[in-house]
Amino acid sequence: MRPVVKPFDDEALITVIRRLTSRMTDRAILDAFFEECEDLLVALTEGLTDMCAGQGDDETVNAVFRAVHSIKGAAGAFALDDLVGFAHKFETVLDEVRAGRLATDDALLRVLQRAGDILADLVDAAREEMPANRDQVDPVLNDLQAFLGEEEPEEEFVFEALSLDFATPAVPQRHRVSFAPTQAFYQAGNDPCQLITALADLGSTEVAVEIDELPEKFEGYVWNKGYLRWHVSVDGPETDLPIREIFEFVDDLCDLQIAFIPLSEPGENDETSSGDTALDVERGGSVEHADAVDTEQDELGPTPEDETARPAEDPARQPTAKAAATEKPAKRAAATLRVDPDRVDRLINAVGELIINQSVISQRLQEADLPNSADLFADLDDYKLLAREIQEGVMSIRAQPVKPLFQRMLRIAREAADATGKDVTLVTEGEATEVDKIVVERLADPLTHMIRNAIDHGIEKPEVRREAGKQAKGTLRLTASQRSGSIVIEIIDDGAGLNRPKIRDIAVAKGLVSAEAQLSDAEIDHLLFAPGFSTAAEVTNLSGRGVGMDVVKTAITALGGRVAISSVTGEGTTFSITLPLTLAVMDGMIITVDGQTMVVPISSIVETVRPTAADLSQIGLNNHLLRIRGDYVPIVDLGSRLGAVKSDKPLTDRVLLLIQTETVTQCAIAVDDIHDQRQIVVKSMQSNYGQITGISGATILGDGKIALIIDPEAIATGAQHAPPFPTDNTEGEAHVTSH
Amino acid sequence: MTAHILAIDDSRTIRTLLTVALENAGFRVTTAVDGVEGVAKFQETDADLVITDVNMPNKDGFGVIEDIRQGSINKAVPVLVLTTESGAALKERARAAGATGRQTV
Amino acid sequence: MSHPTEAQSGHQEFVTLVAGGQNFCIEITQIREIRRWTPVTILPHSPAHVLGVINLRGAVIPIIDLASKLGFPKINPTERHVIIIVAIEDRIVGLLVESVSEILGVSSDEVRETPRGQEDSTTRAIQGIIPVGDDMTKIISLATLLPNEGQVAA
Repeated sequence: MRPVVKPFDDEALITVIRRLTSRMTDRAILDAFFEECEDLLVALTEGLTDMCAGQGDDETVNAVFRAVHSIKGAAGAFALDDLVGFAHKFETVLDEVRAGRLATDDALLRVLQRAGDILADLVDAAREEMPANRDQVDPVLNDLQAFLGEEEPEEEFVFEALSLDFATPAVPQRHRVSFAPTQAFYQAGNDPCQLITALADLGSTEVAVEIDELPEKFEGYVWNKGYLRWHVSVDGPETDLPIREIFEFVDDLCDLQIAFIPLSEPGENDETSSGDTALDVERGGSVEHADAVDTEQDELGPTPEDETARPAEDPARQPTAKAAATEKPAKRAAATLRVDPDRVDRLINAVGELIINQSVISQRLQEADLPNSADLFADLDDYKLLAREIQEGVMSIRAQPVKPLFQRMLRIAREAADATGKDVTLVTEGEATEVDKIVVERLADPLTHMIRNAIDHGIEKPEVRREAGKQAKGTLRLTASQRSGSIVIEIIDDGAGLNRPKIRDIAVAKGLVSAEAQLSDAEIDHLLFAPGFSTAAEVTNLSGRGVGMDVVKTAITALGGRVAISSVTGEGTTFSITLPLTLAVMDGMIITVDGQTMVVPISSIVETVRPTAADLSQIGLNNHLLRIRGDYVPIVDLGSRLGAVKSDKPLTDRVLLLIQTETVTQCAIAVDDIHDQRQIVVKSMQSNYGQITGISGATILGDGKIALIIDPEAIATGAQHAPPFPTDNTEGEAHVTSH
Repeated sequence: MTAHILAIDDSRTIRTLLTVALENAGFRVTTAVDGVEGVAKFQETDADLVITDVNMPNKDGFGVIEDIRQGSINKAVPVLVLTTESGAALKERARAAGATGRQTV
Repeated sequence: MSHPTEAQSGHQEFVTLVAGGQNFCIEITQIREIRRWTPVTILPHSPAHVLGVINLRGAVIPIIDLASKLGFPKINPTERHVIIIVAIEDRIVGLLVESVSEILGVSSDEVRETPRGQEDSTTRAIQGIIPVGDDMTKIISLATLLPNEGQVAA
């Protein structure tokens, strides 16, 4: 049986789509839509960036157009009117560009980029079910319109075509429709049955078919030759408009006559019937004969299924295939599998537990001290390798290229440059570098802040740059690369470099360092990350916001990463973010402090020292230095840094972990004891609690207990964070106001 | 036999919408992501109806219709053009290419 | 999230509990599970009412001493004490209480606004009251147990 799809009727499908999408599947499909929008917006940004760089060709414009068009199309199905309306205008301008009627000069490119930003905003607004920000949208709409000249006629913008009201009028009118399909009619996949069914939906119908033209005994019968003429009387619509709409695509493929028959003439419809071949179709009323249409039609009417009778070629239909032929060779997207992220997370957790389980078994076996256990340990090593392999595989599922993240930064940079009156190009490199999905998500805010900061404070105004003999246009490079087990993201500006005397002055003024302190360049640079520090002499609405680079650092540290600064006066500043390849697992040293079991990341430990009295020198009342290979290294008591009572155990009975950090060259952290090294699964403290000074996360030990993971750098530098839970409400409110 | 519909659209969302709606309406649905894949899948599946988007990479909807109409199998299959507009120019082009009808989204 | 005072009609269920010797209750839809006290891992630099964290099926869950948070003396936890695991916004937190009593079903119009007298750490955490016989039980506003948004933002 053929699907009953009426040629031009939007209603059936749309009604089903609307009804379905309004139900359970609604949210899921909508989510998929927004996910797709992300991809489309990336393509859009990429295309616009190429166009602005003068690297765009016709296909670039096409791709940009298609991205906007696809967003519009799908948004229309969800009745996201703001989005549809804006995308439509945007698309219309792009269509003009595509057709070569609009030149891509700087003014246009600027508006197109802005429009791309607004489109992204509107997608966000739709996702959050927030109203569009008309104050931002409307000016850009006007800018777009300016390129189109006269307001376009409304006709081209008919989304509500779906709600065409085909209801039967109170007083039915009769039309007699007569049509004789030609060969071309059948050739284009049309079927009289579909048309008649569509007519039947307008009101009650009577159908008759003239078969006089059919050859005697079907001699010389050609399947698609028009032998038949159909007569349909329709009682329903007041005008012939809905009928003409049904024949919209075929009115030149058949001999069509539509006549209005005043209903005052009784018996009129009887005359249209021609004997035995008459078919009665009544929709809405009696359905007795409804099936007759399909069955009788298949017998009488030619249908495209009659393969054998087909002519080989139809010369009447010359293709206009030139357009298709000149299109670019297929650029296929790699086959991908879409997986619910929750499933991957569950898998990652399970693999994490597997690895913990492995270390527990390993530990137990060692403790059991079994005889002849060499083979057993070899097997256990295999287990460990396999578990690691599975884990790497699973983690790679979550790996995503940094490209979408970097592309978002293009906009941030553009807006920051506009707001500060600076001329800046953001160049991105290594966009294909893959990092964990969580890292991509959590890097967005720190990167945004750093990009704004670099433009606000790093890159000089054009006139200043010219005076310094530089190009007026500043360059900001955002790069990603993989280096020996880490991901390195760098933000490199060619600005003035850090103003160290000024940074120092501010830090002194804010009481962050004493005026007498002897600070190395690196130490001064790192003052930028001190909580509450802000170099903004004037608080701009850009990088001001009451947060400083300390927030950036906290976010990066929470991801298990580090930030480093290098700066050359007059040449620029580089911020390097180093992140671990995988978030979920690290090698840790199990230690005890004040009766608590904790973990220190192996990566930061240079060596462990059990000091003798000769290795130690006292400095002041409570502080000690460790003498090692001729150097004096300060000793930090982990317990007291974490708020516990300082251990009265002498240092000679304890263990020192020699730590290398970004800010402090070396430092020895005193712990009560060290145990084994093992792989641990890192759990976030952030999600349910918040940031804790000196703690980067937690892990679950073999006995099910939680052990906290130490952030050695924070311990070494003694950086302070506000406690996540206020000690009492008054203090809590004080915190809020101070932020 | 369940009627088989080939839906060609480069938008994942639209493909999902069409698939959900048509499958719920009792049709069997195959989807394709662009014109090239659409024509290839049409040849593989011999669908009873084709719904195609117009603006697509690699081969647009008009190209799809032209290829189908010139093909050797089921070349008189009904082809509906999926569009967001009701512009007269688009209709003319679709008609000239051999479309059977138009489906607004 | 559902706020009892906003629901104009309909049936609501609350779990009643005792903390600091007084009656309180929590809307049942905010409760994930109830379990016995188990020892916690102590967190450094934490306020007095934050006891520490526990491992709940692989997730790290902070445990708050509800009595202490509401201004009563700290509970000295034993195995007879109970932890109510609740969802507060998108966080999961455990509340240490003395005991859990019953599930109280009331129609929404029985929920009264908290009479506003002198503000203290207890009344701030109460979002409404329900008369029960001659007595009444106080609905805990879980959101007040957490620090303000943004403060912890990393």
